[in-house]
Amino acid sequence: MAEIDACGLDEIDEEDLLRFDHGGHSYAIYRITGDEVYCTDGLCTHEQVHLEDGLVMEHVIECPRHNGRFDIRTGKALGAPVCIDLATYPARVVNGRVLVDLP
Amino acid sequence: MGLMKLITFPMDRSYSLTGPEAQKAVAAGLANADWYRTPVDRKRLKALMQRADGPALRDTALWLGLLGATGAAGIALWGSGWAVPVFLVYGVLYASAADSRWHECGHGTAFRTRWMNDVVYQIASFLMMRNPVVWRWSHARHHTDTIIVGRDPEISGMRPPQLIVIGLNFLGLVSVPQSFAALVRNALGRLAPDEADYVPDSERPKAVRAARIHMGIYGATLIACIAAGSILPAMLIGLPRFYGIWLLLVMGLPQHLGLAEDVLDHRLNSRTVHMNRVLRFVYWNMNYHMEHHMYPMVPYHRLPDLHEAVKHDCPPAARSLWAAWREIVPCVVRQLRDPHHFIRPQLPPGAGAPRYGPMGQAAE
Ligand code: FES
Repeated sequence: MAEIDACGLDEIDEEDLLRFDHGGHSYAIYRITGDEVYCTDGLCTHEQVHLEDGLVMEHVIECPRHNGRFDIRTGKALGAPVCIDLATYPARVVNGRVLVDLP
Repeated sequence: MGLMKLITFPMDRSYSLTGPEAQKAVAAGLANADWYRTPVDRKRLKALMQRADGPALRDTALWLGLLGATGAAGIALWGSGWAVPVFLVYGVLYASAADSRWHECGHGTAFRTRWMNDVVYQIASFLMMRNPVVWRWSHARHHTDTIIVGRDPEISGMRPPQLIVIGLNFLGLVSVPQSFAALVRNALGRLAPDEADYVPDSERPKAVRAARIHMGIYGATLIACIAAGSILPAMLIGLPRFYGIWLLLVMGLPQHLGLAEDVLDHRLNSRTVHMNRVLRFVYWNMNYHMEHHMYPMVPYHRLPDLHEAVKHDCPPAARSLWAAWREIVPCVVRQLRDPHHFIRPQLPPGAGAPRYGPMGQAAE
């Protein structure tokens, strides 16, 4: 794992997410409120649609294609049509920058 | 024109999900493809996607309240002529209105609170005689591959259109036996080949359990009829799916009927129709159908606003149901002779290029 400087905290609105591509892989970085941030894989486990156009509601990300929902903190799939959990990665804020631990 | 022509498909095209068209669609890059969407500013879209419990709580209380009131009135008036109009209203609330509740709650957008979506989804699935598990997956596929032949299980207007079947279905005469048979099949632990194509193995036990619960309720209704020596219990549970479905077809068939197959652009294969407030209550704004397909995360009560946000890029909406059907009827009649005929909506000047096929292949 390597800690990567992904973006500035102020690039992500509260209750929103940002797409982050790194090393040939795509991720989603979420900001809930303040400096509470999370990182998951960017593609929905149902049909591999990117979550970047999805909706963040508290700690849930809803996929833009079929409204499948995941818990952002754990990646847990919350019900059909998503059945496979999303991979998560550690994320934190240091000096206004979002740092993520990626493989 | 022979009678058989009204009910048969052209021999060279199968709408089955397990037939040759399914392979062709995949090979052509039409399955799970990237669809055109009218660009909407992220902040505006985010505002449109916001969820609330209030509108759906109000509408659901009104819906279930009217259903209960007309059901009670139907029981009280049973045996008199007054029961007829009362049951007509009850049937529409039962079968036609339940479809949009099933639909919105299946997407999980009607309410903000998840369990509320789930409860109304289960009720509406039962009223529609739909297996809630199987149909959730069917509808997911309909969104992935809208009107892609061989992929979409929810194409109601095939070519040439089965006009007799469509006509009979205004009273559920084909769709109800089919739906009931599907529930029996599921309750026996089996899925049809098409169902097996889109329901993952891990979901099958849930589908079987749901079908058995539905069959249990129908069984109890039958016992109640026998015990009471009357069909009144079935007039309240089950039979409304026959006599109350007609309005859904009037409102719902225009969603896609007569429009293009095998394109990746909802502006070409979906239709938005302006309707009055009463119909929009029954239909929960699903008349904004093209908008719903473009952005399924926008709840029904914000679809009029989404319509405003995208209409500059879309064909003009039909001014009324009457206008929509005036466009549809000549088209489907012509399709009996010419299955390749379909309506090509006019995009406004400056609209995004229509997407006929996968990106980089067939864009014009
Ligand atoms: S692609 Fe995400 S829910 Fe289907």
